[in-house]
Amino acid sequence: MRQITFSQATLEAMAEEMRRDERIFVIGEDIVRQGGIFGQFKGLPDEFGDRIMDTPISETAIVGSCIGAALAGMRPVADMHFADFMGVAMDEIFNQMAKIRYMFGGQTTVPMVIRAPDGLSLSAAAQHSQSIEAWFMNIPGLKVVSPSNPEDAKGLLKAALRDDNPVIYFENKILYRESGPVPDGEVFVPIGKAKVVKEGKDITLISYSIGMKTAYEVEKLLEKDGIEAEIIDLRTLVPYDRDTILNSVKKTHRLAIVHEAVKQGGVGSEIAAFVAEEAIEYLDAPILRFGAPFTPVPFSPPLENEYRMKPNKIAEAIRKVIK
Amino acid sequence: MTVYNKELLEKFYYTMVKIRKFEETVEKYFLDGQIPGFVHLYIGEEAIATGVCASLTNEDYIQSTHRGHGHTIAKGADIKRAMAEIFGKKTGFCKGKGGSMHIADFSVGMLGANGVVGGGFTIATGAALAIKKQKRDNVSVVFFGDGASNRGTFHEALNLASAWKLPVIYVCENNQWASTTPYRTTTSVEDISARAAGYSMPSKIVDGNDVFDVYEGFQEALAHVKAGKGPFFLEAKTYRIKGHFVGDPELYRTKEEVQKVYEENNPITRFEQKVLKDNLLTEADLEAIKNKVENEIKEALEFALNSEYPEPSEIFDDLYV
Repeated sequence: MRQITFSQATLEAMAEEMRRDERIFVIGEDIVRQGGIFGQFKGLPDEFGDRIMDTPISETAIVGSCIGAALAGMRPVADMHFADFMGVAMDEIFNQMAKIRYMFGGQTTVPMVIRAPDGLSLSAAAQHSQSIEAWFMNIPGLKVVSPSNPEDAKGLLKAALRDDNPVIYFENKILYRESGPVPDGEVFVPIGKAKVVKEGKDITLISYSIGMKTAYEVEKLLEKDGIEAEIIDLRTLVPYDRDTILNSVKKTHRLAIVHEAVKQGGVGSEIAAFVAEEAIEYLDAPILRFGAPFTPVPFSPPLENEYRMKPNKIAEAIRKVIK
Repeated sequence: MTVYNKELLEKFYYTMVKIRKFEETVEKYFLDGQIPGFVHLYIGEEAIATGVCASLTNEDYIQSTHRGHGHTIAKGADIKRAMAEIFGKKTGFCKGKGGSMHIADFSVGMLGANGVVGGGFTIATGAALAIKKQKRDNVSVVFFGDGASNRGTFHEALNLASAWKLPVIYVCENNQWASTTPYRTTTSVEDISARAAGYSMPSKIVDGNDVFDVYEGFQEALAHVKAGKGPFFLEAKTYRIKGHFVGDPELYRTKEEVQKVYEENNPITRFEQKVLKDNLLTEADLEAIKNKVENEIKEALEFALNSEYPEPSEIFDDLYV
């Protein structure tokens, strides 16, 4: 199968959907001339002209105007530059975009996508490195996806662009440049479906986005000790795939969740609580959560490194609950 | 000079009186404990929504505020469903999910009241972007108060609309009060419209208690925007006759100050005096309209009172498509 980068996969998704649906347009900072700061929009302006527009540095107006355009029949895409800047547009995201359909009794839909590059990279420090997906799990009305590989990046972006609900699409900055197999032709990954990417019988290891790289490393370390981990790529965070999680935990009787974001109040907290409520009688060990320490992302390389997920430490902790 | 035909004059009066009577009814039933939540009344500001919306069609959009009943009615929304929504009934526009602060009627282009002061600027600007992309001959209008012009959303939206020459009209209802704070104590300008110049946007100040002045000012705005010249800023000077919300003890101003405006600068009284003096309408014309409104308000109230509340099981309805 052909190999393309995550970034290329998102470009293909955009181009294919924009050809299919004239209502889709994209606005954001530095996307026309520069092609997006990570190159994720390169070439699109050549084909789509003024359907790709550079905005002023006004995140509030970027998200807000996408909402208004969506109410008036378009299907806008807002690029946030860095996920960290979503804070600037937070009222538009959680008080407007997420609530408009419900609050107005279903009179309208808000079909729009927010693209949000996230995660640690190259000492970008506290305001350009965060993984903030957990915030959005607490806001009814949104869908949230976070792909880990090129095929899902393409398929989930296409699904987001066709969804009539507002969707936040987290795309990890390190993953952009990584390659993976993507079939020719139509690739579509339904929102709300996790994927068991490796079967195992001893523990369920759940992650998503860049965390999947760690999950695979942990799985290899455990394999050396004869521990077979089952790995689930969550892919969609809202609504997350409860059935796939429960089915796996009922089989392996153990659960660990790994993510780059802060552990406290993180995606892992929600999943741990859900499994504890629904399937605690199946569990043979405490649920383990692995995430960043409860600090802002520090700048200096040794500190940034301390903030990162540590496959060795995760594997060690898992070994302890399996013995 | 603008020539007003009888039909338009009657429409002005009908709309203003309908808003006034609607608001008086809401106030009465709120104080009586039959309306939940909070209500913010538009009494005294009727000429603005009326003078603006008289020139709009259902394909033109408006964005409203927490003080949104008047805009909703002026845009042509059915007052039965508006009243039912305010009462929290399932027959309301939002099936009881929104209430007074989130009233909306998308069928007439009323894209929603907004509980967040200044929440509508960017949304209305985006609706204008859609109009431009769809190559339609419509406009997007956002109503807001003097207080909202101090939000960052105001400045981001005006800059974007001007840079992209979007068909949007910013209608500032300068009612002198940012909730309980006199706007001059917290605002850098006397005329909010002075800020438009910073965004290369033409502006005009009108007497917000004179429906003729509002109508004519809005015509100028409309001509500018429809000629493809980009956004326009209209500031209507007015005064909030009622408290910020029903139940507001109004400790920040005297009863005499309010009474003076109500007696001397009441937009409905001013309209009546003018049309009678200039022989544009007769006492009988005005009386007939008042009677028609009375009946419609009565019907709306009965509809709301007789409607069912939503079932608890409806709580998840319309969250996702």
